[in-house]
Amino acid sequence: MSTPVLFAYWVTALCFILALKGLSSPKHARYGNLIGAFGAALAVIVTLCLHGLGHRWLIIVAIVIGSLLAVPAARMVKMTAIPQMVAIFNGVGGGAAALVSLTEFVKLHDTDTNAAASAVVFTAIVGSVSFSGSMITFAKLQELMTGRPILVPGARYVTSAVGLAALGLGIATVPASSVPLLVACALLSLVLGVLFVLPVGGADVPVVISLLNAFTGLTVAASGYVLDNTLLIVAGTLVGASGTLLTQLMAKAMGRPITGVLFGAFKGVSTAGSTAEVTTGDRAVRSAGAEDLAILLAYARKVAIVPGYGLAVAQAQHTARELVDLLESRGVQVFYAIHPVAGRMPGHMNVLLAEANVPYEQLKEMDEANPEFSSTDVAVVVGANDVVNPAARDQAGSPIYGMPILNVDEAANVVFMKRSLRPGFAGIDNALLYHPKTTLFFGDAKDSLSKLVAAVKSL
Amino acid sequence: MNNIGLLTIFMLSVFVGFEVISKVSTILHTPLMSGANAIHGVILVGAILITGEAQGAVQLTLGFIAVVLATANMVGGFVVTDRMLEMFKGRKPTPASDVVQNGGAK
Repeated sequence: MSTPVLFAYWVTALCFILALKGLSSPKHARYGNLIGAFGAALAVIVTLCLHGLGHRWLIIVAIVIGSLLAVPAARMVKMTAIPQMVAIFNGVGGGAAALVSLTEFVKLHDTDTNAAASAVVFTAIVGSVSFSGSMITFAKLQELMTGRPILVPGARYVTSAVGLAALGLGIATVPASSVPLLVACALLSLVLGVLFVLPVGGADVPVVISLLNAFTGLTVAASGYVLDNTLLIVAGTLVGASGTLLTQLMAKAMGRPITGVLFGAFKGVSTAGSTAEVTTGDRAVRSAGAEDLAILLAYARKVAIVPGYGLAVAQAQHTARELVDLLESRGVQVFYAIHPVAGRMPGHMNVLLAEANVPYEQLKEMDEANPEFSSTDVAVVVGANDVVNPAARDQAGSPIYGMPILNVDEAANVVFMKRSLRPGFAGIDNALLYHPKTTLFFGDAKDSLSKLVAAVKSL
Repeated sequence: MNNIGLLTIFMLSVFVGFEVISKVSTILHTPLMSGANAIHGVILVGAILITGEAQGAVQLTLGFIAVVLATANMVGGFVVTDRMLEMFKGRKPTPASDVVQNGGAK
């Protein structure tokens, strides 16, 4: 490759580093992303203009098709569905990386060195795992399948066996330089990806997306080695390293060791909680109408709003803000208590509330919010469940035990807005729902909030 | 490039990758993941290169699919990240005067 092309690739690599740097600070995040996009566009255009590139028009057609598929999807996806969108984009990236290496192997398998062949095998295995794993996380988040851990007896042994078989085939591929062996290895890895993600519990899925994202990064880096392309090595490794760190940070925000996220279900700890039936017959719940709750809220001194996924699904962030403004105009002190993994991903709820123009000052992160609850009169939990479940604090046997929660049970009154008594995403029953100081307000989060707004207005 | 050169690049990239995001706040976890996701879409460059040299229908088909998938990853990734970050625009950090006002009202 000529020097100008290599120089352009160097600029792109620099852009990617600046992009990641920018994305980690709220002030520069958007610029960071644009710098990354600029760098990527530069690299693609330079590559397309390479002298002697064959099938140029076919490639441009493919790029147009890819853009036509992705841009409308990315533009129109609802904010609540963003996690699954990221999962899909990550999966196709992993798939692309695996295909690139596979094609290179098909072309060059006679002259390959062992090192390059090993890199090809690595991309085939990891890229395939990332592809099929991401598709399963998509299905889980999109609720095409259950979000609960899917446990098959002996699943751990099946997964280990498939993993070892894929690895064995991969190792055999290197000296044999055999394309059919590599294809078999990639197919087994696709199965491995499915088995790997199936037992992961609903609430842990975002952590897995982040991990698969890091996997795809490493796959891209290995493809870069195969193609002798430093840009791919730098970009892939950057994502691999930062993605690994991000995965750890996310797991830490949930108070779960990363091994617990990935292998927790294998050990069977999740089964106890997730299969517990919701028996409402012997336990009374208290529910109330909008008027009673309006009085409770309007005459409180301090109210905490705890938004969860239910608020996000119902697109109720604007109505929530309306209620908060109304209460504030009556002199009630209101704050939002944001759990790090409220919604479906770390930081997801902040994005949603920012969309509704909620002022920063009203948002309190978990560490800030928890000391406030003991002096809070009413904690209103809107469509959240697992992140306020005291079992995470008190019940050592619970699958979510150890996850930091918002201590809403310390508030004088707790109001739950829920559609039903169904347990949350993690499938665990919440004892707080049956506590004497808890009042339930059944219904869609947006409807319930609108009713409350109307009731407070008429006071 | 020789293997040691590539290994050096790999190692330095690992450190840079760790370093640049070491102080990210939880608010930005999702956009950061999405942005990193878009960055590995640069596999598109690899996909273009192999398709450009493809011989025969099999290689060409594989390359074509790789280009479509990689484009979706890259373009979709940047667009969705931008949409997320759009939500943060026009937000200033808490101005000092606001804090005083709030404190004074109590």
